[in-house]
This record gives sequence, structure tokens and C-alpha cells, in this order.
Amino acid sequence: MFDVISDRFDGIFRRLRSRGKLSADDVEEVAREIRRALLEADVNVRVVKDFVNRIKERATGSEVAQSLSPAQQVIKIVHEELAVTLGGTTGHLSSSAKPPEVIVLVGLQGAGKTTAAAKLAYYLEQQENKRVLLVAADLQRPAAVEQLQVLGQNISVPVFTQPTTPEEVAVAGRQEAERLGRNVVIIDTAGRLQIDDDLMEELNQLCKKVIPDDVLLVLDSMTGQTAVDVAQSFRTQVDLTGLVMTKLDGDTRGGAALSVKEVTGLPILFAGVGETTKDFEAFHPDRMASRILGMGDALTLIEKAEAAFDAEATARTQERMAEGLFTLEDFLDQMQQVRKMGPLSSVMGMLPGVPKELRQAEVDESQLGNIEAIIYSMTPAERKDPSIINGSRRRRIALGSGTSTQAVNGLLKQFTMMRQMMRQMNGTKSKRKGGKGRRGVGIDIPGFDLSGLDIPRPPGA
Amino acid sequence: MGEESEDHVKRRRLRERMVKSRAPFSELRRRWHARKIDEEVWDELEETLLLADVGPTTTAGLLEAVRSRVGKESLADGINEVLAQAICAQLEKNSTSRSLVFDEGTTNVWMLVGVNGVGKTTTTAKLAAREQLAGRSVLLAAADTFRAAAAEQLGIWADRLGIEVIRGQDRGDPGAVAFDAVQAAVARNIDLVVVDTAGRLHNKKNLMEELAKVSRVVQRTPAPLSEVLLVLDATTGQNGLAQAREFVARAGVTGVVLTKVDGAAKGGIVLAIESELNVPVKLLGVGEAVEDLVVFDPYDFAAALVE
Repeated sequence: MFDVISDRFDGIFRRLRSRGKLSADDVEEVAREIRRALLEADVNVRVVKDFVNRIKERATGSEVAQSLSPAQQVIKIVHEELAVTLGGTTGHLSSSAKPPEVIVLVGLQGAGKTTAAAKLAYYLEQQENKRVLLVAADLQRPAAVEQLQVLGQNISVPVFTQPTTPEEVAVAGRQEAERLGRNVVIIDTAGRLQIDDDLMEELNQLCKKVIPDDVLLVLDSMTGQTAVDVAQSFRTQVDLTGLVMTKLDGDTRGGAALSVKEVTGLPILFAGVGETTKDFEAFHPDRMASRILGMGDALTLIEKAEAAFDAEATARTQERMAEGLFTLEDFLDQMQQVRKMGPLSSVMGMLPGVPKELRQAEVDESQLGNIEAIIYSMTPAERKDPSIINGSRRRRIALGSGTSTQAVNGLLKQFTMMRQMMRQMNGTKSKRKGGKGRRGVGIDIPGFDLSGLDIPRPPGA
Repeated sequence: MGEESEDHVKRRRLRERMVKSRAPFSELRRRWHARKIDEEVWDELEETLLLADVGPTTTAGLLEAVRSRVGKESLADGINEVLAQAICAQLEKNSTSRSLVFDEGTTNVWMLVGVNGVGKTTTTAKLAAREQLAGRSVLLAAADTFRAAAAEQLGIWADRLGIEVIRGQDRGDPGAVAFDAVQAAVARNIDLVVVDTAGRLHNKKNLMEELAKVSRVVQRTPAPLSEVLLVLDATTGQNGLAQAREFVARAGVTGVVLTKVDGAAKGGIVLAIESELNVPVKLLGVGEAVEDLVVFDPYDFAAALVE
């Protein structure tokens, strides 16, 4: 579904591309699609409203930069506004003057508090050399204490609990940390509905007693529109200091958590990104931009490309491409330059003009490693002229690269096809003449002619 | 007569539980008193549906349906009823039966699946209790061998209910646990095995494959796998549709259980799931108690949502 949205964007941008200026209708249409994309991403309705209004205002205004096509311009505005909404900076835990540092995790049922508690403990021990004590104060859910105990055991972090009340467990846990000389206490609390007054009051009391340095709201990244209400309700009871987004390894766009950030100003500090305890990382808000719109992160790509590409080498390659002299060495060079921009899957995600099939294809980075290994296992002569590669050379290359002859064959076949395509593209380009800077979807990556991606255009576009 | 009053109680309970979700619509009703329908009314109605996680596509469809049914000069007061009818009509388009499938005269297997943290284990226990109350003998299979202490959690529930639970080793093969449980149930002529599985994100291919394997294993037993229920948290946003799509495709989901409807969450995503995937919502979890697992009724749901 999200790919459909980015396709829709591509469609609009293609139409915009041919015009010199954005009309009011263009802006309306783009704004409608952006609104829709944001809503599909679970961004809060009210946040969407503000956001889209800001885009409209800026796009309709006189900010027409000479150097940008209309499509690029809209992308740029959307990006800048997203950057404002996301806040850009990475948040941190409050540092405590006097140890132990106390962190309380709160949230709805099933948000992933217990798992997040263990993950955070492991993260702080590994990344920040902290000595953590986990406190199991979820006395509500059957076996929640056992769950934390097992997780603690797996990561060799002590777990404290006692069968009294959550408040008493928390207070005693803090004392226990002092006794054991642990400098961080992470308190796991029971999941509760924000509308459950009794349980919210209990949480309030717990926090008054342990005086935490941080109270983190654990939020499922698949949450919908209620996320903002949830955060605000928790906030009236306890002094939240930040958010932990869980289950971010799913395919959710995570717009809800971002809305919470926008509405409450609370930073998203950490993200749970996998099944195992080590799958936990500090959250970087800027990385969420392309995820949330699913429309390609073209500006970032342009910036990255500019930073990563060696202009001179690229010019040489382009010349060779034009002359049909593209070799496996050039191919390797190009591939390495692209890889410098980051994981290929994210680079693919950034290209708004990339056909859907390609964007959906699971990019296997290890395959790229294989390709590199295969090319490295060739002699310079083979790299220049792959046609000399016969059966015995193939076997040698396969052995040398630790792959199979099929893999070598596959690469050679792909390379041949690619070279053919380049020749064809060069042919059409010279016929087309001009079209500088307005090719493809309006982005221009040195060394990559994206106009080729426009060829299977739907009729009528 | 007796059944009717029980129905009535259930209905009241649902409405009480959903009072928070209804609040925005009641608010609209107050604001719209004796007011003519204008664009602002439509905007407000749209926003309220979107806030209920109905999603932009389904919202647009519902608004169109409502627009076509109200006259130009209508007052906004009646619009909630028309909306409830439109929601109800959309839900009733789903031709699949909402009652849980049970083949009499043999051991039946029901399996619960879903992403992490939606309430599968709790629902497994509630469902078992419900069937036990209905006079069926039940056995539980703790096939969530992945999450720490998941089997203990189900075990505590089982003790409370006086139901036996078959467990495997931690990190053991969930298929083996399900198989053992079904074998044991067949041997003992037990009516129903409810299988709790580990939570998994729908985009994890290997974990989805594992689930497919569990159902294949069950299908090798003489007991029919008569329900595969997708447990969906009512707070889930638009990702719920992606979840449902994958679980339907890979695990053969036959129905949805919408949990945690007692919060402020509306669970509007089920409208999209029903219309796009034609998978019926069968049960609704509206509270902590065992009897808070109720049969999903389109009319009640629509009415409770927008009344």
C-alpha cells in the first residue's frame, strides 16, 4: 500500500516536471497526497493538518528557486518541514547527580515494557559501562516477574523483586541498588490503560516515592491515532522525560510516535529493532523522514551522492559509458561509490523514480559482497574484457571468490545486459537532445543516468 | 427471554467499555445540535473517523456513503445515526460467518496468532474459559516457546481455570508442542485445543514460515484446525491492515479477535480489514475479566462507536 503512495507521488512529480512553475492546483494535489501519506503512516490528524498547511503556504508562495525543478522544490519543502517536525537532535537520558540513576518504564499493556527494560539494561551495560539493576514491579500480569528474571539472567543483569506492592518493590529496589553498588536502576511497571484512574494514581505514587531521573513512555510503533492521548494522559500523572519506540523492525511507518514527539515535545530516545536483547539502539530522528513519507528521500540522496562521489572519476566513467567502454572495473567502482552512501536498501528507498519492483526487492547486502569478491578474483585483463572468461577461468574465479560458477555466470550475464542497456540509453539520449537537469524524476546522480528508469512510463503520463 | 437479557447485558457492557471511544462523536452531536450540514460538519466528521483509526481510504468511502444518504437541507443532528448505518452496512457486506467454527464429534484445534504484545496469551486463556463455561473440555498448548516466561504466564491462567496445559522446552519447536497437545487431546477425547503462539512481526519471513509449519503439523493430526484467529490490538493504526494481510496469506487466518477495546482506542482499522480482506472480526476483548471476551456484532460495534 505504501508503495502505491510513493508511486502516486512519482506520478504527480512526473507531471510537475514538465512545468516551469507550480500552479495552485499542483500544490493542492500534492498537498492532498502528502496528507494521505501522513495519515496512512498514523501521523495524528491534527499534526497532519498543521503540517500540510505549512507545506501549502510555502509551496504556493514565491519561494521559487531557479536551480530546482518543481518536483525537487516540493520534495525540498516537505523535507525541511519534516526536519522541523522531527526536531533533528538526538535526545539523551538525564544524568543523575547522585547514583543510582533511576529509570521507570511505563506504558499500555503489550507495548513491550518488560522486553525494553532488559534491552535498555543490556544497552547501558554494553555501550555506557553502567552497572544496572532491573526491578520487576509489574505484579499484575501473570509471570511478568519471571519473564524479567529470565531476560536478566540471559544478559547477566541482577533482577530485584518482592511480592508486596509496586511502590514498595520500587523503593526497595532502589535501596538494593545502593547496597549492591549498581549505578542504574530500571523499574519495569505493569501495563495500564491511560483511562484507568486507580492504576494511574498508583503510578503517580510510585514515582513520588522513588523520584526517578527518567520516566520513559514505552510506545508500540504500530500504535494509531490514540498515541497522542495516551502520552498526554500519562503526562498528567508522571513527569515523562522521553519515549522508547518498540517493534520498529516491523513495516510500520511509526507516525504515531512522531506525533507524540511533535505534540508533547518529548524526545524519542531509544528504539527496539529486533527479537533479541541486543536489538536496541539510540533513536536518530532524522532517519525517520524517508520512512514516514515513503516517498523517497531525494534531497538527502543528492547530498550524499555529492559527498560520496569523486567528480573526476565520475566524469571519466560517464565518458566511458557513453563510448560503450564500460568495464567490470568501472562497475565495481560505481558499486563501491553507491555503497559509500549507506546500505543499498536505504539508497533504493531514497530514489523516488525507482520502479516499484526494484524498491520492493529485498536487497541482500551480502550479495554485493559476493559481487565484489567475484570481480576481485578476476585478473585485470578479465575485468577489462569479460568475454575472455572461459570455463576454466570461471571455475578459478568461483573458487577464488568462494562463490559458485553459477554466481559468476549470473554476474557476467547481468553485466552484459547492463552494458547493452547503457548503449541503448545513450542512443536515445542523443536523439532526445538537451533535457538537462529535468530528466528522470528531477534528480540527477552523477554517474547514474536515471532517465533510463523513466522508460516504462505508464501510458498517458 | 433469558438469552435476550443476556444479550442486553453484553450490549450494555460493550457500550460502557467503549464510552471513551464514543466521546468524540458525542461531542460532535452536542456541537451540531440544530445545525445545518455544511463543509465544516463534513470536515469534523472526517477528522473524528480518522482519529478512530478508520484510515483515509475507508473514511473517504464512509463519508461518501453518508453524503449520498443525507439531504442538502438536513440537520447535522441525525448524521451520527446515518454514519452508524453506513458502518454497519459495510460490516454486513462481509458474508463470512462470525461464529467460531467447531466441528462436533471430534477434537478441534483453534490457534491464536499475531504480532508481539497484542494479548494472545490472555486471549487464549479467556477463550478457553469461555468454551469451558459452554460445557466443552479444553486443553491448552503453550506453543510460544520464544518469549521468556510465556508458558509460565499461560500456566498461571491454566491453574486458575483448572485446565491442563501442554508445554515444551524453552526455545523448543512450537510445532512439536502443538502436535503433542493435539495428540494428547485426541487420545483423551478432549473437545478443544487452544494453541497460543509466539508473537511475531508479519514482515519476518522465517517466523511466518514457522507459523505455517505449526499449522501443517496440526493438519497431520486427525483433529481439524477449525480456527486460526488473528489477535489485533485496538490501539493499532494503519499497520493493522498490513498485519492482517500477511497473517491471512501465510497463516490462513479465519477470523480476527480485537483486543483492548476498553481503552480509548477505537479499533477502526477492522473496517478496512473486513472490507479489503473479507476476514470477519469474530470476538472483541472489552475488559480484563474472562467474561469480557464477547461476540462481535456489527450493529453493536457501529452503534457503540458513533452513538
